[in-house]
This record gives sequence, structure tokens and C-alpha cells, in this order.
Amino acid sequence: MNFANLFRIALKALSNNKFRGFLTMLGIIIGVGSVITMLAIGQGSKKSIQAEISEMGSNMIMISPGAERRGGVRMSAEDMQTLKVKDFEDILNNCKYITLASPTVNASGQAVYGANNTPTSVTGVTRDYLDIRGYKVKDGDIFSDQDIHTSAKVCVVGKTVVDELFPDGESPVGKVIRFGSIPLRIVGVLESKGTNSMGQDQDNLMFAPYTTVMKRIQAVTYLQGITCSALSEEYTDKAIEEITAVLRDNHKLKDDAADDFNIRSQQELSSMMTSTSDMMSTLLAAVAAISLIVGGIGIMNIMYVSVTERTREIGLRMSIGAKSRDILAQFLIEATLLSVVGGLIGVLAGIIAAYVVKVLLSYPIAISTGSIILSFAVCTVIGIFFGWYPARKASNLDPIEALRYE
Amino acid sequence: MEKEVIRLENIKRDFKVGSEVVHALRGISFSITEGEFVTIMGTSGSGKSTLLNTLGCLDTPTSGEYYLDGVSVRSMNKDQRATLRNRKIGFVFQNYNLLAKTTAIENVELPLLYNPKYSKKERQEMAVEALKAVGLGDRLEHKSNQMSGGQMQRVAIARALVNNPAVILADEATGNLDTRTSFEVLVLFQKLHSEGRTIIFVTHNPEIASYSTRTITLRDGKVTSDEYNHNVLDAAEALSALPVEKD
Ligand SMILES: Nc1ncnc2c1ncn2[C@@H]1O[C@H](COP(=O)(O)OP(=O)(O)OP(=O)(O)O)[C@@H](O)[C@H]1O
Ligand SMILES: [Mg+2]
Repeated sequence: MNFANLFRIALKALSNNKFRGFLTMLGIIIGVGSVITMLAIGQGSKKSIQAEISEMGSNMIMISPGAERRGGVRMSAEDMQTLKVKDFEDILNNCKYITLASPTVNASGQAVYGANNTPTSVTGVTRDYLDIRGYKVKDGDIFSDQDIHTSAKVCVVGKTVVDELFPDGESPVGKVIRFGSIPLRIVGVLESKGTNSMGQDQDNLMFAPYTTVMKRIQAVTYLQGITCSALSEEYTDKAIEEITAVLRDNHKLKDDAADDFNIRSQQELSSMMTSTSDMMSTLLAAVAAISLIVGGIGIMNIMYVSVTERTREIGLRMSIGAKSRDILAQFLIEATLLSVVGGLIGVLAGIIAAYVVKVLLSYPIAISTGSIILSFAVCTVIGIFFGWYPARKASNLDPIEALRYE
Repeated sequence: MEKEVIRLENIKRDFKVGSEVVHALRGISFSITEGEFVTIMGTSGSGKSTLLNTLGCLDTPTSGEYYLDGVSVRSMNKDQRATLRNRKIGFVFQNYNLLAKTTAIENVELPLLYNPKYSKKERQEMAVEALKAVGLGDRLEHKSNQMSGGQMQRVAIARALVNNPAVILADEATGNLDTRTSFEVLVLFQKLHSEGRTIIFVTHNPEIASYSTRTITLRDGKVTSDEYNHNVLDAAEALSALPVEKD
């Protein structure tokens, strides 16, 4: 018996029961569809995170105060005050693998101009910070070293702040706004960066000299962080070693004492963020894979019922010359057809669903051919695996007993 | 001498039912030569169907030897027997056993599907030919549930003919039919016989025996009589002599 004939027989048997076939396939359709959609969403967010991180520059190093956070252990206020201006100056001057460095001090509050106000935050930095993070000044200029030296009341503002405070389109450069009770003169406006992959607005911010934020706004003597840039990506590890040495020396830590600061490189951050999204997509795919298995069991169930229902047909086929392996092949082909056609519809449904997610939720998606090929392979395997037992049962029937079956 | 198609040597068939053993066949021996039309008679439970299943290579005897076309069936494995059924035997079942929702043509070409020798076109042609031979040339595309009992029986006969078998086995092929339709089927079998085919026909009806060339009677799994009929009646004549039903 040749394959084409068996294929024709299986197709005929399925077309005799189209609706049942469709219901059986539904499990596979939902399974494959969700695998494709979930992977598309997972891959999409991973890709956009990666793109964003590489845009920020791959040689960024971030230093934060306090020991590495572990579990739910709360850190005291004192632990968070370990970074000082001297630390920043020493890193910038003494670390030869560091090219740029800026302290960061953050304050949130209301920015007010005339009758308009908007909630925003001001970050105290040096000019290096804008280079490290890839911010560019569009109108006007950034504050000078002199401004930092004198804690000048000046600032650079993001597009969102401008839009809120100057709705009539007048030029903000030179205008004096208030942040809390402190008047700040706008010296420059930043180029827009839009929203990031987390949906955060990257334009709702202001930069001011760190000395201004420390002394005039926050009235603190410590830094919230230091952001630096290594010579290049391959020197980040060396740079981290240098920084660690400088800070431990400055903080007079004994050899056996733990670091009272925390250094993270861009690479670590990137792998941390992508690993989170990797884990998410693995989880989502696992849930989807379970529904695929449930779909497979559905096929097994229907094939089993079908074998019982068609016992007499099987007996007849055997009595007119079908061999056991012909019957086995016929039912295996039926099961595989169910799962592969289901898989095909599932792939289409998954792609459509992914685009719906993209259009309606403006979520980044990336459909990989790998996931489509994988789904097909899995479907074929599921069809053969779950079809095997019922097909085997059919092929082992005795022709006379099968013909007598009521 | 005419060619021997079937030879049975002391065939026994036992069935185990629970702890009891049913002796369905208790040592049957006979041979059938090419071109015979044999009726097998006997009371219910005498072992006719069991014998026919054995002859059709569907069932294996508990002991004894069965030679079909000179080949010992006992020495064959399952697949070889399946091939044998496919090439040398045409089986007409008592209850037709047609595939549901399937056209006459598809039902008839079924045995040919399991023979890789035939192309799709050949299968079609042979099926149409067999259906014409049983007088159903105008019912090719009718599905099994759109036909009368007599028509279904004839489709079943066409299916048994289509592979040009050495032997046609029929189990109560007229059992479910009215007198007129029974005679129509009988005419068909006589026609096949006149074309030189070997036919073995199981029946309850002693009248039918007079239309065959030989009658074997079974009782309790044994042959009680085996007679040649020297005065074979013509079924076509009998059919025309039947009173015409008025509608
Ligand atoms: N599969 C089986 N299992 C157990 N016993 C069986 C089986 N098949 C047949 N028998 C027994 O074998 C004996 C012969 O049965 P068989 O069907 O051959 O009779 P038969 O002559 O065809 O009867 P009928 O004219 O009623 O069809 C019966 O007693 C029956 O009970
Ligand atoms: Mg019987």
C-alpha cells in the first residue's frame, strides 16, 4: 500500500467528520497560537530593551551607595549616605580607565512658570552626564563649569516640561521658572528621547548643576550616585576594579569589611534586564506548551473514540487485504494531519494575535521563524506521539472480532 | 484433470468461552476444483460461518491443513494472509459491511487501494466494470445510505469481484432479501459461475442449493453429506416465472 493512498483514506475519514475534527484541532490551534504570540511578545520586549541599552552606551558604569541589596533587608539612612563629592572627584581624576564621570542627586517636585505647573524631577549632574546618557541640548546651551562651581541657579529642561510650562510656544531659553521655592533660569532645552520600553517618558526631567541641587534644593552633603563611562567596553572590568580601590581607600574600609557601595556596569544591567524578559518569555512559553500538550491529549482522546467507533470499518479493511501496518499508518496520518493542520491555523492565529497586540497596545513584537518551525515540529511529534496508542490499538484488532463488533 | 483450488484436511476449530471449549469445526476434509458452485448448508450453529472464515483466510484453524491454490495457509504470517485475501479471495458479507457515507465506486475500489499495482485510473475503471457487472452502472455515485438492501448487497458483490479473485465466498448473501431480489442475486452468481469463477455460497435456504453444482451439509461441525447436483436449475427462468408484483 503506498503512502498517497493511505493519505487519501485518512483525508476522507477526516472530511467525514469535519466539525469534530475542527473541535479536536482547536486545542492545538490555541496551544500553537499562544506559543507564537507569547514568544513574539517576549522576543519583542527583549529586542527593544537591548536596542535601548546599546543606545545608552555599552561602557556605562553606575555606582550607588550602600552594600548590595539582598532580600528584604532594609538599609538604614546612614548606609545610603556613603558617597561623597570627594569620591566623585577622585574617580574622575585618578582612575585612568574612566573618561567621563558625573555625580547624581535627584529631587522631585513641582516646576512652575506663571500660571502653569507640572510635576517633574531635577537631577543634579555635571556636563559629562549628558554625554554618558546620550542627551543632547537642542536650544541654548548646557550650564558651564563655572555654574557648577558657583552653584548657579540654572537648569536644562526636557521637552515634556517645556510643553507643560510654555504651552503657547514661546522660547523657554532665558526664562526663569521655579522648582519648589528655588528660581532656576533655563539655559538650554533637551532634544526629545520619547518613551522607553517600560513606557516611561524620558523627556519629563530637568538637569541642574549637582552643587545647586545639593546645596540649594536638597540641602544634603552626600551623593545619590555616580555615573561614569569607561574608556571602552572591554575596560569596564578594569575600571570597576579601580573604582573599588579608590572608594575603599576613601571610605577607610578594613580588608575584611564589605563594600559600602555598589557598582554595576552597563553589561550587567543589560543582561539583568534581558534575563528578566527571557525568564518571562520562558514562563509564558511553558504555559503555552502545556496547552499544546492538552491539545495533544484531545487528539488522542478523539482518535481513541474514532478507533472504537470504526472497529467494523477496520475489520472490513483488514478482511479485504489491509495489513496491520496499513491500519497503523492510516490512523497515525489522521492524527498527524489533525495536529499539523491545527498547527498551521495556530501559527496564523498566533501571528495575527501578535499584530493585534502590536497595534492595539503598541507593544513591541518580534516573530521569529525559529518559533514557527519549532511549533510545526512539535505538532508533528504530538500527532505521532498521541496518535500512536490509538493507532496501535486499531492495527492489533483481529479482523473477525472487529467485524462482529456492535 | 481440473485444477484443485481448495483442499481441507481434517480442519478443527475450537473456541474457548470462559472455562468451556466450543468445538465449532470437528475435522472437516474436502476439496473444491476450479469452476465449482458449492452451497454450504446446515442448521444454525453448525459451523458454516466458521468454515467460511477459515476458507477466507480470516480465521486460522486450531489444527488441520488448508491449501489454497496449492499453498498451505497455516505456514503464512499475518501480512501474507492479508495479501492473499487481497489478491485471491472475494468475500461477500451477510450484512454487506459497506463503508458509510461512501459512494458505490469508492466502496468497490477499496480492495484495489491495498494493492500498489493499480493506478487511480485503473482502480476507477475496474470498479465501474464490476458495478456494471452487477447491474449498478447507473448508481456509481450513490452513497451506501442512499441505496436499497438489494443494491447494497450487489455493491458488496461487486467489491468481492473487483480484484478478480480465484474464489468468491458469500455468507448468506440472500439472507436479508425478498424472494425476487434473492433470485436476482442468484442470477448474478450463476452468471459469474458461467464465466468460470469458483463460488462458495453459505445459505439456510434448501431451495437455493438446487441452483448450484454441489451441496455440502454441515452438522455440529462435521460434514454430513456432500452431493453433486446433476440437474442445475436456471435462476433466470425461475425469476421470470415469479408473479410480477403490481404496484
Ligand atoms: N468467536 C467465537 N467465540 C466463541 N464461540 C464461537 C465463536 N464463533 C463461533 N462460535 C461458536 O461456534 C459454533 C459455530 O458458529 P458459526 O457462526 O460458525 O455457526 P453458523 O453455522 O454460521 O450459524 P448461523 O447459521 O446461525 O450463522 C457456534 O456454536 C458458536 O457459538
Ligand atoms: Mg453464520
